[in-house]
Amino acid sequence: MFGWLVWRDLILAWRRRADVLATLFFFIIVVSLFPLGIGPERETLRTIAPGVVWVAALLASMLSLGRIFGNDYQDGTLEQLLLTPQPAYLVVLAKVLAHWIVSEIPLVLIAPVLGVQFGLSQNGLAIVVVSLLLGTPVLSVIGSVGAALTLGLRAANVLVALLVLPLYIPVLIFGSGAVQASVTGSSPQAWLLLLGAMLIVSLVFAPWATSAALRISVE
Amino acid sequence: MLEVINLTCVRGTRRLFRDLNFSAHEGELIELRGPNGSGKTSLLRILCGLAAPAAGEVRWNGQGIRSLAEEYFASVAYLGHQNAVKDELSALENLRISSAVSGKRLDNREARRILSRVGLSEQQNLPARVLSAGQRRRLGMTRLLTSPAKLWILDEVLTSLDDTAMNLSREFIGNHLQQNGIAIVATHQDLNMGGARGQRLQLS
Repeated sequence: MFGWLVWRDLILAWRRRADVLATLFFFIIVVSLFPLGIGPERETLRTIAPGVVWVAALLASMLSLGRIFGNDYQDGTLEQLLLTPQPAYLVVLAKVLAHWIVSEIPLVLIAPVLGVQFGLSQNGLAIVVVSLLLGTPVLSVIGSVGAALTLGLRAANVLVALLVLPLYIPVLIFGSGAVQASVTGSSPQAWLLLLGAMLIVSLVFAPWATSAALRISVE
Repeated sequence: MLEVINLTCVRGTRRLFRDLNFSAHEGELIELRGPNGSGKTSLLRILCGLAAPAAGEVRWNGQGIRSLAEEYFASVAYLGHQNAVKDELSALENLRISSAVSGKRLDNREARRILSRVGLSEQQNLPARVLSAGQRRRLGMTRLLTSPAKLWILDEVLTSLDDTAMNLSREFIGNHLQQNGIAIVATHQDLNMGGARGQRLQLS
């Protein structure tokens, strides 16, 4: 059932690929605006690169949060999913996994290309990818709590931002910290380990919160 | 057996019903009647466990449905106002995927047979967004045919169905009752289920 749900969400995303591409282009444009606005000075760009890439990733992934449950909520599929004999935890995990594959993986893949604009070294680019790989699932799973809480509300998009962005702060600090460390030549290992720990903790706890929030939202 | 004990439902500041008691045994049909806004849908959503009552309890075979949770969901099929049909998927994909997600895999042949049963053979490969309201309703009904659930909770099943489809849904409910299933149906039209055992419940 888990696999089928992920598969279903992937098919649906493929048939609505314009939505996915929009988020990806948003990410690309936001990251590219900074070198244009700040000027080509190599040292400055290299210093701001970690923060810029990570902030853009947070914003881009926030844009797509509404899609995790929004469509299923509107056409009644969500209540049917909550009535399946599987625990709601698994339903949430499947939807979060699908969201990560659809909306976050493309960001991870394009990030090193964008990093080149900032003059990041090869090592720096590798750390960008690794930190995003560890950090973006945390964004998806924490974001799912906000998405579930704001289902069916007016101005849900703004509310999601207010709810979720503060929770993203640790991910931002650890993620950009890792890249910063590799830029300045020290070891990013500690930052990456912290990101990994956050990933595990949020995977264990956030889906519970999300499923509780979903039950409240469909009531 | 489904038991409803002293159920009270409050929506906002309005009390829809209080101290509602009834039970439904195997092979029984509960027909739920009442004007718009009398709480039929709210009652059905409480019965299938989507909503929590303000007071009282729903029991399935003697145990509270809140504590049974997933175990209870395995015995319930709920058809609400919304059909849970995905616009981007074809009728066939909708049926196969929704059925697989709820735990029963269908091969292509079985799925086609079920679609022809509800009269959607010709539409099986069309994306669901081009189907009419009645056709989408029919597609939603296929959930009942694939589900092994013993308790059917149906909200306004007959809306936007034509005569053929109405008779079809009566036939489905009749078969289900004969196989010792339980059906709880909210409706404005007469179901005319003939000899079905059970009771009619009037909400005001």
